[in-house]
Amino acid sequence: MLSKRIIPCLDVKDGRVVKGIKFKDHRDVGDPVELAKYYDLEGADELVFYDITASSDNRNIMYEVVSQVAEAIYIPFTVGGGIRSVEDIRLMLNAGADKVSINTAAVENPQLIKDAAKLFGSQCIVLGMDAKAISETPDDGLNVRDAISINPSSQWEVRIRTGSGDGDSTNIDAVKWARYAVELGVGEIVLNSMDMDGTRQGYDLDLNKAISERVSVPVVASGGAGGNEHFLEAFGSGKVDAVLAASIFHYGDNKIQETKKYLFDNGISVRYEGK
Amino acid sequence: MRIAVVDFGAGNLRSVAKALDRVGFQVSITSDPNDFSTSEGVVFPGQGIAGHAMENLKSRGLDVALKDYVMSGRPFFGVCLGLQLMFEKSDEENTECLGILGGGNSKFNNTMKVPHMGWNNVRMVKPHYAFEDIPDEFQFYFVHSYYAVPADGSVVVGETIYSDRFPSVVADNNLLATQFHPEKSTELGISIYKNFFLGVKEGRN
Repeated sequence: MLSKRIIPCLDVKDGRVVKGIKFKDHRDVGDPVELAKYYDLEGADELVFYDITASSDNRNIMYEVVSQVAEAIYIPFTVGGGIRSVEDIRLMLNAGADKVSINTAAVENPQLIKDAAKLFGSQCIVLGMDAKAISETPDDGLNVRDAISINPSSQWEVRIRTGSGDGDSTNIDAVKWARYAVELGVGEIVLNSMDMDGTRQGYDLDLNKAISERVSVPVVASGGAGGNEHFLEAFGSGKVDAVLAASIFHYGDNKIQETKKYLFDNGISVRYEGK
Repeated sequence: MRIAVVDFGAGNLRSVAKALDRVGFQVSITSDPNDFSTSEGVVFPGQGIAGHAMENLKSRGLDVALKDYVMSGRPFFGVCLGLQLMFEKSDEENTECLGILGGGNSKFNNTMKVPHMGWNNVRMVKPHYAFEDIPDEFQFYFVHSYYAVPADGSVVVGETIYSDRFPSVVADNNLLATQFHPEKSTELGISIYKNFFLGVKEGRN
């Protein structure tokens, strides 16, 4: 049976792993290669490396970090942040990344998804999406196709350039965008809740369910994990295929094997050696 | 032992090369068909779209070279798309494949999330020496949307269930192919490469 995946996310800034609260006030938690090895041994199912500065500063992520990580581990890993072109994708795959996650550039240039999926295959093209609950109609969003724009019934809006604060408004409905991106060729969606990120109050289950039930590709919940019960409910009512978490594992509050034991004991299929 | 990793312009070759190096082989990444004549083993990793991969193989003359290599009786290991392309055709873009094994490739039905992505079990339907270090409950890393449908069921060595039951390991004499990625399935996963090539060398196939 296919296991539900537990994926530590390592936010990288200037070659070091950091994790902030609500994307602000970054705190240094370590060396990416050492952390990658640690998580591989701990039983992480995959890793995500996200360059948190790249997207807002148009800075390229470190080819060198990706190469060193690829040398160090025998589990899959994804690289995101600042991926803007087919050449950026090629560079990261050649450096040893298994998948690349595209966020801002996909919104600004959806053709990039189509081109990349055609060249490299959908299996390595991940849509990274930052979604935020709509409290009022944005007035400064992008001019987008009607088919994906928000309307009075929309619940979440896609945000871009989320390197700091709330990022920029797009006028795009998160659910419609997810479906459109799958049509264009993404093979997976990492769905980050801007409202829950850093709160440790749990994933946005309504958001995860709304998107996971409406797309044909795997969905990874992101933003808000604070305890094992949050993973359980994400796999349960959130309907996701994998969960992303950062601080809960980085600070040693939770061991991945303990999380997997908890999930296994609660009837979730996981890759867990103790069973 | 010298192992050539086939480079046809797509796929994460570095991971495969690194895994082979780790288990003690001399590795060269090559897109030159002539290199196969001096190789003691070949690994054919694949990802991406079947049609695109076949075009790339043909444009480099690698399609004929791969078939000749397999016929030579030396050990050959296909991974992921490298398994699917062993068969005659794929429903993915209605592609004609290498035809080393009889049968085709079908897409998972749409009641499941596609790609089949993540860690899953392999049930061995017959023993294979390449898997002798692998415990029963061990899971491997998969990422694919199509799966092989062999004409001759006797080539199936291992099966995996994802809505449908599909062959995740196929073997035929000097050929072994896995739908999962050994090089992404932890240190234990890469023991399959070692045990396969050393096993063929010792005449176990």
